[in-house]
Amino acid sequence: MNVEVTPLPGIGVRKDFALRNGRRIGVVTHRDGTTDLILSKSDDPDACLAELPLTSDEASTLANLLGAPQLVAQLNEEHKDLPGIHTRQIPVRTDSPFDGRTLGDTALRTRTSVSVVAVMRAGQAHPSPTPDFTLTAGDLLVTVGTSEGLDNAVKILTHG
Amino acid sequence: MDHTALELIELGAVFFGLGLLGRLAGRIGLSPIPLYLLGGLCFGSGGFFPLGDIGEFTSLASEVGVVLLLLLLGLEYSAAELITGLKRSWMGGVLDIVLNAAPGVAVALILGWGPVGAMVMGGVTYISSSGIVAKVLSDLGRLGNRETPVVLSILVFEDLVMAVYLPILTALLVGVTFFGGLEAVAISLAVIAVVLVVALRYGRFVSMVVDSPDREVFLLKVLGAALLVAGLASALQVSAAVGAFLLGIAISGSTAHNATRLLEPLRDLFAAVFFVVFGLNTDPRSIPPVLGWAVVLAVATALTKLGTGWWAARRQGIGRLGRARAGAALVARGEFSIVIAGLAVSYAAVPAELSALATAYVLIMAILGPIAAKFVEPVARALQFRRPSIEPSPSAGQ
Repeated sequence: MNVEVTPLPGIGVRKDFALRNGRRIGVVTHRDGTTDLILSKSDDPDACLAELPLTSDEASTLANLLGAPQLVAQLNEEHKDLPGIHTRQIPVRTDSPFDGRTLGDTALRTRTSVSVVAVMRAGQAHPSPTPDFTLTAGDLLVTVGTSEGLDNAVKILTHG
Repeated sequence: MDHTALELIELGAVFFGLGLLGRLAGRIGLSPIPLYLLGGLCFGSGGFFPLGDIGEFTSLASEVGVVLLLLLLGLEYSAAELITGLKRSWMGGVLDIVLNAAPGVAVALILGWGPVGAMVMGGVTYISSSGIVAKVLSDLGRLGNRETPVVLSILVFEDLVMAVYLPILTALLVGVTFFGGLEAVAISLAVIAVVLVVALRYGRFVSMVVDSPDREVFLLKVLGAALLVAGLASALQVSAAVGAFLLGIAISGSTAHNATRLLEPLRDLFAAVFFVVFGLNTDPRSIPPVLGWAVVLAVATALTKLGTGWWAARRQGIGRLGRARAGAALVARGEFSIVIAGLAVSYAAVPAELSALATAYVLIMAILGPIAAKFVEPVARALQFRRPSIEPSPSAGQ
């Protein structure tokens, strides 16, 4: 994907790329670190339909939403020959007892036989997290296991 | 009532009044600059309430206001951004100078203000208000638009031109000979080149000198450095404002960002005083005779800015609507036109009507600019709708 990076002197940087239908989508990153999501108008490609200011939390949540399904789809594709093995994304919610604790503390593997293959954070995949990986609210765990094991894993991550 | 009490009351009344005006400007979506100027006109000589006792303070404060305006302008851009802007937009920048200085020069010559007056009025009508333009672009949600980098790079170019123009103007105003003028130009060009090189290569050392983790120390160091450099530049006849601008460019990175945040309130305060003082020194009775010329200049230079933006945006392959938006965004004139006129008035080398004309002109343009930027799109769409057959824009309909 060809991302165009344009400096905006005095304001920040614009990064955008063209979609297949010709519209542009991207972000304006301000000097103070805030981010605007931009989408060009369909009838006037030079202008923007919307310029949505996003906080860093909102931006990373949006990035997770866009990034995680792809990873899950890819893993599902790889595991389709293995019956009974499923891939699921499990969020770490703000009220989760593991917000701020390590992956090892959850003891997911011992208690449910489920493996955490990656953690999605701010749109970035952290593959093969070690037991000392610290979880925070908003993370998405990409997990592989049996249906039963995955259901149990969801319960553990939500209620402890 | 003793003298100090009277001074405090007058100063408090001025600031409070400006606060009310600023609030009013915010309510109706205007830049506060025209209202500050109007406030100054009301208080000044020949106005409703002549203020006498705080003249010493306000005249120094207005000088500090100019220094801070230019310092923050310099802080906004890094040296690298200036160089890229210069490379990318120099043709548009040159066209900008020719088209927009010409009306001011012509009117000054017609009114018989001589070459110095022409030079001043050329500067007043040339330079867009980067403060108003940046605010308008952000308010109208146009930061992500494709024509916006074109607009911003023209502003960057204009600011660099200021760095050359102000020393030349200063030299002319003190009445030096032709060769003296050349010397001033040579000195200022050399200083600018040195500062750009220093800022590009050793910017972090300059930042290190003024930087401090303690807010109070940082504020005092940055402000002190700015006033020192401005004073030295002024002593070298390079113009105090340019010294501050160059210091702002040399300070870079997070130091520049922090300095901006810290100095912004101070700049707003002192710049407001500067606009008021400029209004104070303008006799309101001298405005009606030049109002006609101000309107002529306003119409002419609104059209020339529109043309400049149109041409520059077209070179970057922007569609018709985008070109119109780029042109209209540049129409606003404001703080720097007043800085130029204020410099000329302080040397008393130009007739008094000049400050009246500059005031009237900026009053019109600071109000017209944001309005033009806002309504150019519907107007351009209506025009395009009426003449759909004529050269559809190359990128429309994607």
